[in-house]
Amino acid sequence: MCLAIPGRVEKLDEAGKFPRMAEVDSGGIKRSICIDFLPDIKIGEYVLVHVGYALEKINEKEAKEQLESFRKAEDIIAEKLK
Amino acid sequence: MKFIEEFRDKVETEIVIERILSLPLKRMRIMEVCGSQTHAIMKYGLEELLPEEIMLVHGPGCPVCVTPPEFIDMAIDLAMRKDFILASYGDMLRVPGSGKDMLKAKADGADIRIIHSPLDAIRIARSERQKNVVLFAIGFETTAPANASAILVAEKEQLKNFFMISCHVLIPPAVEYILSSDNISLDGILAPGHVCSITGYKWCENISGRYKIPVTVTGFEPLDILQGIYRTAEQVVSGRYKTINQYKRAVTREGNPKAQEVIKSVFEISERNWRGLGSIPCSGLNIREDYSRFDAVKVFNPEVKTTNENKNCIAGEILQGVKKPAECILFGKTCSPENPVGAPMVSSEGACAAYFMYKRNKGILHGQ
Amino acid sequence: MASDEITGISCPVPQVSNEKITLGHGSGGLLTHELITKIFLKEFDNDYLNMSHDGAVFISGTQKLAFTTDTFVVNPLFFPGGNIGDLAVNGTVNDLAMCGAVPMFLSAGFIIEEGFSQEDLKKIVHSMKAAAVNCGVSIITGDTKVVEKGKGDKLFINTSGIGLVQDGIDISPKRIAPGDKIILSGSIADHGIAVLAARENLNFRTEVHSDTAAVHDIINKLLQVCKDVHVLRDPTRGGVAGTLNELARSGQVSIFIDEVRVKVKEEVNSACEILGFDPLYVANEGKFICILPGSEAEEALKVIRSFKYGNDAEIIGDVRAENPGRVILHTRLGTKRVLEMLSGDQLPRIC
Repeated sequence: MCLAIPGRVEKLDEAGKFPRMAEVDSGGIKRSICIDFLPDIKIGEYVLVHVGYALEKINEKEAKEQLESFRKAEDIIAEKLK
Repeated sequence: MKFIEEFRDKVETEIVIERILSLPLKRMRIMEVCGSQTHAIMKYGLEELLPEEIMLVHGPGCPVCVTPPEFIDMAIDLAMRKDFILASYGDMLRVPGSGKDMLKAKADGADIRIIHSPLDAIRIARSERQKNVVLFAIGFETTAPANASAILVAEKEQLKNFFMISCHVLIPPAVEYILSSDNISLDGILAPGHVCSITGYKWCENISGRYKIPVTVTGFEPLDILQGIYRTAEQVVSGRYKTINQYKRAVTREGNPKAQEVIKSVFEISERNWRGLGSIPCSGLNIREDYSRFDAVKVFNPEVKTTNENKNCIAGEILQGVKKPAECILFGKTCSPENPVGAPMVSSEGACAAYFMYKRNKGILHGQ
Repeated sequence: MASDEITGISCPVPQVSNEKITLGHGSGGLLTHELITKIFLKEFDNDYLNMSHDGAVFISGTQKLAFTTDTFVVNPLFFPGGNIGDLAVNGTVNDLAMCGAVPMFLSAGFIIEEGFSQEDLKKIVHSMKAAAVNCGVSIITGDTKVVEKGKGDKLFINTSGIGLVQDGIDISPKRIAPGDKIILSGSIADHGIAVLAARENLNFRTEVHSDTAAVHDIINKLLQVCKDVHVLRDPTRGGVAGTLNELARSGQVSIFIDEVRVKVKEEVNSACEILGFDPLYVANEGKFICILPGSEAEEALKVIRSFKYGNDAEIIGDVRAENPGRVILHTRLGTKRVLEMLSGDQLPRIC
């Protein structure tokens, strides 16, 4: 039950609305997504969307680190082997 | 698409494969719990990249596969009634109940509509006030908050014609069930990343501590899965058994408290019969008494048929990773994606369907 | 059949277990083939039909003619990039082109639901006229029926077409041969996604539009330059994967394609991700697959790319002898996967 797609928050309903919706852009497709589970989300941040709801904010720093972590280790190993 | 493409990069995956191959490997069985992970493994042919020592076992994390047939029968019963609309996610339409599936019911005249969000069911209820709209709410903890939220919206708007069949199943009890069974031996677990986005991963820590098995919270892109396998294999060969979070960009230890709160306010934990696995205590979600007016089962009493599952279907053992699909006497003969007997053959991420598509073609793929 | 054995033809036509027709029977997948084989071909059995091509080619006097028919049931009727009328003309013109024919004449049959807007009908017919003029064909005969409200989904259109096949042209699925290369004329899944996105229930806002277009002029030029084209096919319902499976089976060859060479526009790809669709199985219009001897492929590619609707053409794969009937995808990660024929339509997933 796990098909969830990242998207960028482009617009936000005002706080206090229920259900509170946001316009989220996923690779050029814009959808109206419910952000009730992420009350502190801001425009420009990325969210993970499943069945029309934002489940979690995407941690961009962690995403970047995840890509670098294995490369970094590779470089360290390569250095040691020189 | 950002946060997707980077995690499908060939060079990045090659680096992780190198790291896996550099481990002092021994034979190990790693279960990927979630069906969407199985789907990605099949789609990208990841098993082809892995060394022989690592065997992937497909777990029960496929709600399509484990939804009990009686729920499908109830959904079809309601859908066939006059002035009823059944709103269902697409995945379920080809799953047979004890008799037909929803696609066949549609051909028989049932008003069944495919939805992509529980809010679609709410929209249908708003625009078709003369009809009873029933949301067939399946899914794990990933989908439960959204389905719960639909009930809250219906309550706020006083929608008298919105109802739900709640058929949610919970992952942690299923994983425990598998680990505590004598049948199965596993060396590591890839925990489902999106379930953990909601629940957090304290439950994984309990499992790795209690069963002394490494658990890696893993995402769904090829790089995520390969990194998850690496992290797990690394622990297996060094005899460690902690819980590690590979999917940090979308999972925190605490999960999403707001989503957890919504689940708790609308649903309560119940026993659930898992198709193929049998009854697992505290593994389902039912609608709370406070919201029982939305409970389609209580309000409309749909017929529950006696299920006569094919005796030869070993879906249960397959969902637990005890047996492989090829060991089933029906596999590829009576049971195929065109004519599925058991649910793991229906869903493209079910172990049997995945096996059918991928493994039986192994000779072709290695020959070309 | 043990799981790891390869038994030649991969998917035997499944037993007809349903008594009723389901939507899956119209998907272009295995169920469609089952229906055609068990009901239509069984009764109509003849050499023309058994060629399993987009149209039939026959001799009349000294001339070689191609004859084809198609019925259009798209929902919604109007979508970004066109409407049912454009599809009805372009689709049949393209089917004639896939037979190697120069399209000449079309017929048009209309089944109209009671209550349908005459204004909408005028718009659609106007589109058909414009498309026909663009293609250099005339609609020379037709029919109109009206059915009661509730008995027809607003409008269905059937068009049949006749074209002239030039001397020396022999396009047939049976001509596919190991060593052939496969050209795909452009990006995939545009039409299927545009139509889906236009349905109200999807909550999509997107710029994706249908790629409906007539490609007969590209084919005409191609056949002048490359006389030995073996197969032409437009990958409509069932998508590229469905079409290649049909060709692999009828030609008893295997087809090998390279995922990174298959173009998918960014937004189309995003829509497929959201729905859980594989773009290789999504319907196309205004696109074609050309299979021809490897030695002619580069030349053919140049010709196709010189046209507006062939700008994005690529050589996406080749034809092999081993494992006949199979289509194999070389994935972006360097692994391989068999692209099976689906039994019915792809259904949107949330798992």
